[in-house]
Amino acid sequence: MKQKFMNKNMRNWLSRPEVTMFFVLLAFCIVLTFSSDYFLTSTNIMNILRQIAVYAILAVGEAFCIITGGIDLSVGSLIGWAACAGAYASTLGASPEVVLLVILAAGLLPGLINGVLIAYVGLPPFIATLGMLNIAYGLSLMITNGFPISYRDTWIHQFGGGYVGIVPISVIVTIVIVIIGFIIAKYTIFGRNIYAIGNSEKAAKLSGIKVKAVKVAVYGLTGVLAGVCGLIQMGLLNSADPTFGKGAELDVIAAAVIGGISMTGGEGNIIGVLIGAAIMGVLRNAFVLLNISGYAQTVTLGIVVVLAVAIDSIRRRREEK
Amino acid sequence: MEEYICRIKDVCKEFPGVKALKNISFDIKKGEIHAVIGENGAGKSTLMNILSGVYQPTSGEVEFDGKPVHFLDPKAAHAAGIGMVHQELSLAQYMTVAENIFQGHMPANKAGFIRRREINRKSLDILQKIGVKNISPDILIKYLSISQKQLVEIAKAMSLDAKLLIMDEPTSSLTVDEIDFLLGMMKNLRDSGVSILFITHKLEEVLSAADTISVMRDGEYITKLDPKKTNIQEMISYMVGRKEEKSYTRSFMTNVESKDVVMEVKNLTVPGKISNISFQLHRGEVLGLTGLVGAGRSELLNAIFGYYPNVQGKVLLEGKEVRIKHCKDAIDKGIALVPENRKELGLFLKMSVRDNMTIVHARQISGKVFMNVKSVESLAEKYREMLSIKTPNLEQKVVNLSGGNQQKTIIARWMMHQPKVLMMDEPTHGIDVGAKQEIYELIDSIAKEGISVILLSSELPEILRMSDRILIMHQGELRGTLDHSEATEVKIMEYIFDKETAEVS
Repeated sequence: MKQKFMNKNMRNWLSRPEVTMFFVLLAFCIVLTFSSDYFLTSTNIMNILRQIAVYAILAVGEAFCIITGGIDLSVGSLIGWAACAGAYASTLGASPEVVLLVILAAGLLPGLINGVLIAYVGLPPFIATLGMLNIAYGLSLMITNGFPISYRDTWIHQFGGGYVGIVPISVIVTIVIVIIGFIIAKYTIFGRNIYAIGNSEKAAKLSGIKVKAVKVAVYGLTGVLAGVCGLIQMGLLNSADPTFGKGAELDVIAAAVIGGISMTGGEGNIIGVLIGAAIMGVLRNAFVLLNISGYAQTVTLGIVVVLAVAIDSIRRRREEK
Repeated sequence: MEEYICRIKDVCKEFPGVKALKNISFDIKKGEIHAVIGENGAGKSTLMNILSGVYQPTSGEVEFDGKPVHFLDPKAAHAAGIGMVHQELSLAQYMTVAENIFQGHMPANKAGFIRRREINRKSLDILQKIGVKNISPDILIKYLSISQKQLVEIAKAMSLDAKLLIMDEPTSSLTVDEIDFLLGMMKNLRDSGVSILFITHKLEEVLSAADTISVMRDGEYITKLDPKKTNIQEMISYMVGRKEEKSYTRSFMTNVESKDVVMEVKNLTVPGKISNISFQLHRGEVLGLTGLVGAGRSELLNAIFGYYPNVQGKVLLEGKEVRIKHCKDAIDKGIALVPENRKELGLFLKMSVRDNMTIVHARQISGKVFMNVKSVESLAEKYREMLSIKTPNLEQKVVNLSGGNQQKTIIARWMMHQPKVLMMDEPTHGIDVGAKQEIYELIDSIAKEGISVILLSSELPEILRMSDRILIMHQGELRGTLDHSEATEVKIMEYIFDKETAEVS
């Protein structure tokens, strides 16, 4: 009897989407180890991790937006905007400390505006953040005249280009953010309110949750995380470019969904998001290693995303019955 | 001519891990109203879903109109003459009555355009056939009342000359008058030769309307009863499987007016919803709140609870005026609300039983940021035991619980918060007899602890059995207050229809 109970728990655990996706990730890695000699070299692994870092940081914020039942399409262009705003401030003579603050504020502010438009004005998240995507991209083109701004060799560049031993600092930042995201989701009142809102806004309101304030906070947080990504990109390339993060929103949403965040809101695990981001990063790397053409890459990525969501919805339907 | 329209032979249905139906066999005669009763989870809905083609039986056979049938989908069953009226209304809100009635088999001309005049005329025929006169076929569904929508559902089910009409709790959201009308309509249909299979939790209706009663329990067919020879007591005993089920009575409060006033509502108004409502609520009292659906009862509770932005008037708690701008203010001041429609307004369906129980009180026992995971867990466990909520564990998603246990989960949410005033909006709606009983006992013990309860219910027997005093609302106004000692169903109805001649939908 006891034995049987254990098996059932085990089976439940194995059927969780993030666990399934972990094995998918593992399978990818094993296949790549055998098909490319280069895959398991430390240089390559660090490259993958750096790639994953940006996806994972953004995906944590995106996951929270999706869990509330919304979506944030502006995260990609906010990366470029935040980096450009910071570099622009430096051309006006700002110290690295001020540049850091400008970058984070440049992420936070549009995020808060997204939240206010969605929660208080009542715009659909899709529309509000689509608008912000264009506004932010346009603004960064305006302040840079469309050219990258060179900005190099300050201590804040360490976030993007620095190492501790052989580990990139950006990877450490990512790990810290994912852990904080996980703790918020699982162990804070705020986190649980996010899930509650995604389940039923009305029920959340009737339970005394300040739905609007929570939403503004979630989109604001996502904006700040986009700012962190801008900081990392700028540090890595020693310049700020309006095209940083262009189109990243789709990869990030894909990472969240692959990681088991339900597009209908209200459920999903932040650790899953990390795995989703890792799958996206490994895939991108595989394309390079296996010499797949850029056009075929795009097709493959599309198929992977559709497949992941299809598997997920089939699983949910089975669970419901 | 065959005597039976439908014969169910040895039907079993298994879902992964559950045997929902075990060897069900019974017959439905032509032109009879056949009621199926049983607690939630007895397998009634599964059976209806098999007859209407939603599910296929695992084994066994269904014979319809003399021939064995295997419906692969609801469309096939509908075409064969089985009409289903679902519990959840499934009408398209932004389409007309006629378009809804002919959904799925819209007559069209050669070019593929809908023959609108034809569907309007045919809809009118069908509506007239079931005795409905005041619904126009070209009005949008969203403008109809719930009871009118229900009637359109029935018309839709009848649109392909149904010989068997299956109705899943058709009266659960209707008021007394509307129910009378519906039951009358069912009898007319029966007299014109249609058989009706009808699931309900309201046993009085079964006695007054059914020709045959089938009782189900735990997926099994228990017995057939003759409504002329049985009574509610006997029906309940077959449903719950215990012979002696004593009807619940509580010891009422005497001298309610002498107890101290916990909450006072003064001239509460929400434009367009309720106007100028004043009443007092005493310590430990169960105050019943009733009236027709749409009388503004839920709106009154929501207004007190801070759900609407534009509330005029005052709410006083223990003599002091309180400002309630948001539900959070009401909760912080010690007011609680178990809302109507628990799936939409009460529960977080994809979240665990524990999270659903502690969503409110976790704020109180935790710091500013972090949840006190340990106390949350032990508190949830304590209340799960206290209210005997049946769930394999607290991690279970609440959507997987039965209606009664879901409702107890919400009640636990508020009990652990120790409110001064607990407002409950239709707390026994759609839950089975056994669980209802438990909720009645819970309400009683909550009141005995000194918490004041407002119990909103459309079911007069429930109101009469539970309330120390009764408030009666109609058209957004308070019509009167009755003490339990003077209250009867007739008196309550008299208050409602005081100034009006009977209004029938």
